[in-house]
Amino acid sequence: MAAGRNLGTQAGLTPGRSASSVTLFVQAATGREGTVEFHFATVLVFMLVGVGFILFTLSLSRIVRPRIPGAEKATTYECGERPTGSPWIRFNIRFYVVALIFVVFDVEVVLLYPWATIYKQMGLVSFVYLLIFLVSLLEALAYVWKKGDLEWIRPAVRRPEVAAPVPQKHDVSASGGRQ
Amino acid sequence: MELEQIAGRLNERFPDVVKSVETAHAGDPFLVIDPPRIADVGLFLRDDPDLSFEWLMCLSGVDYPPEQIAVVYHLHSQTHDRKLVLKVLVDRAEPRVPTVEPVWKMAGWHERECYDMLGVVFEGHPDMRRILLPFDWGGHPLRKDYVYPDTYRGVTNKP
Amino acid sequence: MSPLENKLSEGFLVTQLDTVINWARRSSVWPLSFGLACCAIEMMATGFSRYDIDRFGSGVFRATPRQSDLMIVAGTVTHQMASRLKLLYDQMAEPKYVISMGSCANSGGPYWQHGYSVLKGVDKVVPVDVYVTGCPPRPEALLDALLYLQNRVIKKRTIARSRTPVEIAGA
Repeated sequence: MAAGRNLGTQAGLTPGRSASSVTLFVQAATGREGTVEFHFATVLVFMLVGVGFILFTLSLSRIVRPRIPGAEKATTYECGERPTGSPWIRFNIRFYVVALIFVVFDVEVVLLYPWATIYKQMGLVSFVYLLIFLVSLLEALAYVWKKGDLEWIRPAVRRPEVAAPVPQKHDVSASGGRQ
Repeated sequence: MELEQIAGRLNERFPDVVKSVETAHAGDPFLVIDPPRIADVGLFLRDDPDLSFEWLMCLSGVDYPPEQIAVVYHLHSQTHDRKLVLKVLVDRAEPRVPTVEPVWKMAGWHERECYDMLGVVFEGHPDMRRILLPFDWGGHPLRKDYVYPDTYRGVTNKP
Repeated sequence: MSPLENKLSEGFLVTQLDTVINWARRSSVWPLSFGLACCAIEMMATGFSRYDIDRFGSGVFRATPRQSDLMIVAGTVTHQMASRLKLLYDQMAEPKYVISMGSCANSGGPYWQHGYSVLKGVDKVVPVDVYVTGCPPRPEALLDALLYLQNRVIKKRTIARSRTPVEIAGA
């Protein structure tokens, strides 16, 4: 497979290896060396099978199902009512803030995974690097916390005002003792 | 406080507003009130401390062909644990009654239902339109002489 | 019309394909939840564990017509509801079916004579495939209707060319 290309030299890594794999030399402070085998062909097959599976089933459906477009059928669904006005309503900004914070810390977690796979070979130094990474993100968390962006503000409950003089407490004596 | 005493209080405050006190029948005794002043009577009944009818339990309509339609008010006092029934009789050809919606908010929908079913127009109501039937329905179904339509919007209505 | 609908002449392979497709369709008839009145209680009872409509593949009640195959009209249909019902039926994707459940949906039910605002039968606005009698029908009756519908689906000629002109939706 792709014997003519030497991917190792392209990446500036050690030449002479088979072109279908990339070997990674890991030089740690301890001087240890490790390799990780990585086959591009496997990835290609995975991608083709994954995408092909979806395309196959959708095409099969497309061939078999009836296609009858209609004006009434294309109307927007609103439980049987005819929709009026635009569906683009203004929503509260706190949803955006929560999503933003989530994205930042989610990316942080994603970046923890590669570190976890390599930690055993790398040793203590990598742990120190990770702590530096985490501390800078903890600063961000502390900022967000202090700013109050982690609070979910509920809408205020407004009790309706009525003109009728309805007694707020049930006064037994006024009704002559009857409950 | 007896029914007669309530009638007396009302007559003191609004001269001749109570047209009659009906007790000689099976069912709740009621007061027949002069129609144009029903809103003032309602406000007085609600706010006077000895009467204090804070709740309008129900507002309904009755069809008495060929001449009259009645609107019936069932009131309840929570402080004095007392109930009262008022009736207002209006002309069947052109039934108009002042609204008690500013006095008791519950009257809002009950008056809409009375309008929808019997055709009684409540003057001063903020939202006088049909509540149960579709907005383009013809007629008022709970009248005794109602004949229901053969089709509605192209769909046949007969069995 | 799909590219293959009623196009191929009957042969062994085509009828086998037809069976497979129809089997897939009848084993997953997803209802649109359209419980309007008391018949809805019986429809819910059919969905619970004793009568279990899920074992026939129809336990997935969808809230939207876009994802459902079957509309079980369970209850009294008033004139106001009728226009919404018609629109929802139009918004369902083919192949679609309608079960009229109970007397009110069949013909107006107990309100046939004096009910001025009741639609006298849901078949005045949508085409019905199966009528279930009862007021309300027992859950077993609704299951019987569903099985009858499934029988009709499995016998339908989907790919094979039919001998007579057929309706597109249901039949």
